[in-house]
Parts: sequence; structure tokens; C-alpha cells
Amino acid sequence: MHTSLSKIEKIATEYTSRMKGFQKIIRICTGTGCVSSGALRVHDGLQKAIDSEGLSEKVLIKKTGCHGLCERGPIVVFGNEEILYQAVGKRKIEEDIHLLISTIKYNKTAENLLYKGTDKTKRYVSSREIPFYSGQTRLVLALNGIIDPEEIEDYIAHGGYRALAKALTMERDEIINWIEKSGLRGKGGGGFPTGLKWRSCKESDGFPKFVLANGDEGDPGAFMDRSLMEGNPHAVIEGMIIGAYAIGANQGYIYVRDEYPLAVERLSKAISHAEELGFLGKNILNTGFDFHIGIFRGGGAFVCGESTALMTSIEGKAGEPRAKYIHTVEKGLWEKPTNLNNVETWASIPEIINRGWEWFASIGTEKSKGTKVFSLVGKVNNTGLVEVPMGMTLREIIFGLGGGIQGGKKFKAVQTGGPSGGCIPEQYLDMPVDFDSLTGLGSMMGSGGMIVMDERNCMVDVARYFLKFLVEESCGKCVPCREGVRRMYEIVDRISTGKGREEDIAHLEELGKAVQIGSLCGLGQSAPNPVLSTLKYFHDEYVLHIKEKRCPAGVCKELIKFTIVPEKCTGCMRCASECPVKCITGEKKQVHEINQSRCIKCGTCYDVCRFDAVKIE
Amino acid sequence: MDVEFTINGKRVLASKGETILDVARREGFVIPSLCHHEVLGSDGRCRLCVVEVQRGKRKRIVTSCLYTAENGIEVFTESPDVQLVRKTVLELLLARCPEAETIQYLARQYGVHDTRYVKDKDKGKCILCGICVRTCETIVGVTALSMSGKGPLKKVTTPFDEPSSVCIGCGACVIACPTGHIYMEDNNGIRTIWRKKFELAKCPKCGRYHAPLEQLEYIAKKSGTSLDELLICQDCK
Repeated sequence: MHTSLSKIEKIATEYTSRMKGFQKIIRICTGTGCVSSGALRVHDGLQKAIDSEGLSEKVLIKKTGCHGLCERGPIVVFGNEEILYQAVGKRKIEEDIHLLISTIKYNKTAENLLYKGTDKTKRYVSSREIPFYSGQTRLVLALNGIIDPEEIEDYIAHGGYRALAKALTMERDEIINWIEKSGLRGKGGGGFPTGLKWRSCKESDGFPKFVLANGDEGDPGAFMDRSLMEGNPHAVIEGMIIGAYAIGANQGYIYVRDEYPLAVERLSKAISHAEELGFLGKNILNTGFDFHIGIFRGGGAFVCGESTALMTSIEGKAGEPRAKYIHTVEKGLWEKPTNLNNVETWASIPEIINRGWEWFASIGTEKSKGTKVFSLVGKVNNTGLVEVPMGMTLREIIFGLGGGIQGGKKFKAVQTGGPSGGCIPEQYLDMPVDFDSLTGLGSMMGSGGMIVMDERNCMVDVARYFLKFLVEESCGKCVPCREGVRRMYEIVDRISTGKGREEDIAHLEELGKAVQIGSLCGLGQSAPNPVLSTLKYFHDEYVLHIKEKRCPAGVCKELIKFTIVPEKCTGCMRCASECPVKCITGEKKQVHEINQSRCIKCGTCYDVCRFDAVKIE
Repeated sequence: MDVEFTINGKRVLASKGETILDVARREGFVIPSLCHHEVLGSDGRCRLCVVEVQRGKRKRIVTSCLYTAENGIEVFTESPDVQLVRKTVLELLLARCPEAETIQYLARQYGVHDTRYVKDKDKGKCILCGICVRTCETIVGVTALSMSGKGPLKKVTTPFDEPSSVCIGCGACVIACPTGHIYMEDNNGIRTIWRKKFELAKCPKCGRYHAPLEQLEYIAKKSGTSLDELLICQDCK
């Protein structure tokens, strides 16, 4: 065993000394968000400039995974978090590259590229000072943004594969004991104790056994799993090897949705690199333990994130769930004992082995240990990826890390847990976020989506949106989900267009309960959540839509009319120039008017007016 | 009989692995179902056979066609939650398949006389129980049918909605369908089913058309019986 550990140390030392040969290391985020805002152009432009300056021997550019602050991408970080530049290349790319070069050559900080904070007054140099980062506890994402996900040596130089070497010297039961005592729970949404699942699978009769990683993240607005698979694929793989060893499995599959081609590419590279170094494949680190990982690309059905549907899909059948009265740890993939964990759960394993279960158990709340990654999106200032200890309050996440609501508007609700989660109102903002508290509020933690909504979000419309998603994504196997959810959609749609009936609310509650208790799988059982939770916390809004045919948030188009208040209009012409259909007329410094017959009720005029002169009726 | 539990308070015995539905029906309790089939087993699609199971303090709704008997559980076949799910399923199916007599009859039996939803016009009488698909796959052994699509667009069909190359026109799906959704027509020696036309074999003795030629060829190949023998109809044998 010492030989393998020394081999790992040797790789790390060689890599570190090679890195020391560079005077500067620059990390460019090439997560999906930054790539779409132009990170690759920045990378290529900067590399060209470095080459032409003759600095290529001294300066190294690393392409890393997601840094999290997607709102301000592309992100470029100098050294070990010393300087963080944001929105690089968003205005004039040549100028920004020039600024980067002067930072390289003269250590000159480019003020223009620094993060300015939400109040635009303070400029932050290092990412460590930015509240978005300083408030986080990054365990799973610790190396995201630091390492080059395509270089296994970089992962090893940052402590990678030590946990595997250590685990292989431990008794299998001891590993499971550690995971149990750490308190780790499934981070894909269920929150089932991971150690207990491993033990049940290990003790289950049946051969062969399988371990699976769920990377079929399908919630709208969620990109936690994606960023992890793209930014640090080896953490997932190392966790899986340890789990497979403890459980007694020799074959694993990572199920990745095919809409994540970069994740597939990086995982594939990571698997073959791990095989080359003897961490995967036959006779791992000379211990006689064999383990292989295959990648299975999902065909795009949301329901395949459900455990049994995922397994059915790997078996080559249409992704339909099956009843779980017999657990998948006994009869899962091909009816064999199967242990499925989310990729974030797998990525938590190596550090628990490295640092011990006591360390992990010291983070979080009594019943929810460790951290959770959330994708913070919607009407919040700092949209992006955050990792926080379990038990942090919604307020701390949204107003602390997230920097509050865009445009200083009023917070209305936060939708957690993906499409079948629920909407949590303001009075629960101080609720600690963990598995159990959110479920108690009629929502759930789910895989970690967090959509922030302000006063301009109509809760009936929100429920309608998520129901529409679920109608389309129901696999259609069982009647309550296939037929019930679309009928709930019909009712909510009717309410949002002013055709709601008085009995609709009671009808929704009754149908919602039947779908919850009568559906076959978790998708159907939680599908009514968006409706039931908004009905519970925003009941009055439904009543206004039904009885007064009014949408107070000004969203439901059939129920609203935008008009200009003559006393307040200054004739600044802003609304007229922003209106996408040019239906606002008026001379400069004269009161404007909206042509109602051409208005598409998009609300742009309302949002851009600085004088409160646009009214929603 | 090594498992003991109660159904609506009555003590019952079951063998290990037996489903609650089987035990309940044997004991005379009436539980409706649509997708369960004595030979093909269960899939848990229709959710009509739900019962409430109490195990210790935990109470939950399960499908009795899949849940196997356990010692000490208490099963309730008519609890308020069971009735809610059952009535909801029937009301939803009534809206999906307003013309299906089987559904109308069952719905009336359970006190559902009308549906509050807009009635579908494009679903025919198909409730997606999957019995035809399973019959074709496990009994006939050709897998000409499957479910395609998801959500409200899900339907039973042949691959790509085209005439199936493996369908033998046997009509087993027609007989198995509990609602009478599947269309089959025999006319002038031609059988039409699932968009495919089959030449019907004529009995050499009585001259009656009695089965598709492709079906007889399939049986001949599977069983080793000569096609000449199979061409003779059941009545003339």
C-alpha cells in the first residue's frame, strides 16, 4: 500500500514543482455560464497576447470549472484568489486583455474589472473579501475554480485520491461506519442517510452489485450537479470508487443528461486518466479490487432523475419509474442490489475519509450534516452557485450571499426544491435551511434549486409555470400524475386568465391531495406542491384572480392593463424607447400614452419608469 | 400460510410474496382494478386498487396489486384517502375516455356520476393500462406494441406509428383490452389492425376465413406444426 501512496505523492510533488516554475497562474472560469458569456474568447485572446509578449514560459492560464459568480462572468482569477476580475471582455475585449497583460507585467490592478458589490461603492480585489464568497463554506466545491478539471495531476496535487488510498486500507464496514457517523444524507433531494443505504446494499443478497451516480439534474434553473461534474469530475469518481469498495460492487455507471456535453466530456477524460494511473479498472492500487465506471447519457426525460426510472433507462427501456416496495438496494438495476447516490453526495465522500467523520459531523445542524450547494437564481443580485453549511437561513443566503433583491424591490417568495418544490413566503426567511425544515413548510430542499421572486412575480402564474413543466415531464405511467396534473394545470390556467370559478380553490386542494397520495413515484407525489404551497401562503392572490379578476403583481396578461399616470409622467421618453412593440407615444416633456390595442402587456414600461408613472390596473 | 395481518379488521392469512390484492379478493373483499391481469401480473399504472396500509404508526396509500403481505399490518380498503384516490382516478379516466363503457360502469359503481373536466376527444377508450403491450410481449411474444411519448401525449402504438413488421395480426391485444379501444376489422379476406392489412387464410375444408396467414406462419415456425395442418380451421379439425 505504501508504494501506491508514494506514487500518488510523487505525482503531486512533480506537478507542484512544475507549477512553481511559472511566475503567474491565471484561472479562467470555463463553466457553462462563463463560456456562454465569452470566456473562451477571453482565454484565446489572452493566450495570444501572452505568447506575443514572450511570456508563455512564465505565465500559465488554467481553464477551470465554475467559480459560482455566474452573474458577473466571465471570471478571471489571478494566483491563489489574489485578484478576481469579473465581466472580462464583456465590453471591449481588446482593452480588457490589455488590462490583464498589465496586471501580469506590472502587477497593476485593473480597477474597472473589479467586483463592485451590490451598492456599487466598494471595489473588492480578492474574492475572499467578496460577501458572496466569504459567506460560503466550500467543501464539495472547494476545488471548483481552482483546478483544471481535465488534469488529474492537478486534482492529485490538491489532495486528490489520498482518500481512496486510505479507504483501501480500511475495513469495508469501517468505511460504512464512518459515513454513517458523519451524518451524510443524500443530496439529490431525498435526504436519505447515505451510510444506511450503503450498509443495506452491502448486506443485501445478490450478485453482482452496482453503484450509480445520478447526474440527471433536470430542474429548471439548477446547475449544481453540472458545475460539479464539469469542474471537479475526479471528486465524483473517487467517491464512487470508495463506495463501490465498501459496498462490494465492481461496476458503476454515471447517469448524465445528454444536455450536459461538457460534463460528459470531462467525466470521460477523468475516467480514462484514473484508469491510466490505476485508480480505476482492474486491481486498483494493487489491492486486488476491480471497479469500472461507465457513462450513461440520459435521453432528456426529467423523470429519469427518479431512481427507479433512471435504472429502467439504463436497462434500455423507456424511463418509467416502478413501485419501490422492494428497495433498489435489494433489487435495482437489472434486479440486482444497487446503490444510487447523487453526484454531490459522491463528491462529499473523499473529504470525509480524509478528514474523518467527526469533522464532517461538526458542520451543519443536528439532523442535516455538512453543506449543500444551491443554485441561486431569479430576482436576486448575485445569481450563481453557492455552497453553505446546512442550517444557514434563507435570509442569509438570499440577502447575505445573494446581495438582496434586484432593483431594491421587495422580496415575495423563494421557490426551493425544483419544479415540485414549494414557494416559501417572507415570514419564513429566518428558517434554517435543512432537509426537514423545508419539508415542514410544504416545500423541499430537493437537489438545491433556489428561485427568488419579488413583488412582480404572480404566484398563480408561478404555479401555472411549474405545473406546465410537470405536465410535459410526467412520464404518463400512472393515472393521478398523467391526468391529474394536467387537470390542475387547466384549473390554474383558467384562474390566471380570469375564468376562475369560486369552487376552483377547494377543487385544487382536493385534486392535489389525491395526486400526492395516489401517484406512483416522487414526481407525481410532489407535483402538486407548487399549487398547494402557493395556495397555502398566497391564498388571497388566488381569491383576487377569481373574484375580482385582478392580478396584483401585474403578470397575468388577460387581467391587467398598463396605463400612464399623467400627474407623474415627466415625458422622459424612456418607456417609449424601451417598449418592444413601440406602442407608447408622446413628445419630449409631454405626458405619454399607451396604445392599449397594440400593448402586449410585457410590463417593460412599468419596470423602466423611474417616476412610478406607469400603473398596473 | 405464514403471514398474518388484517383487512378492514378481519384477520387473514397469506403466503409470503402474495399481494394484498390477491389475498383480499380471496377473502371476499372487493377492490377494483383495471391494469392488473391474472396472467400478466401488475404494473401499478391505474392506481384504482389502492388501499391504506398501517404499519406501526405509519399509514400510507399503496397499490394492493404490488404490495406484498406483511405480518401485523392493518389494511383498509375503504378509508377516506382510498376513496379519494379511487374517485379521483375514475373521474379523471371518465374525462379521458368518456365513451368507455367499462369506465362509465365502474365510475357509477363508486359514486362518480360525472366529470368536472373537459372531456377529451382524441384518446378513444385507451386508459393506458398497458395490458395490450404486455400481452403482445409476453403471451404472443412479438412485441409489436409499446408505449410512446410521455405525459398527456403518451399512447400505445407500433414503432413510429407505422405498420409493424413483427405484428402477426393475431388480435390478442383486442381481446385483452379491458375497454374495447383497439380497432380490428375483418373484411373480404383482409384483416386490418394497427394500420396494417393482413391476408386471412381460408380453411380448405369449409372455405371460411379464420386467421391471418402471418399468424399461422408464426405458429408453424414456433411450434413445428405444418402450415397445411394449421390452415384447417378449429371447427373442421
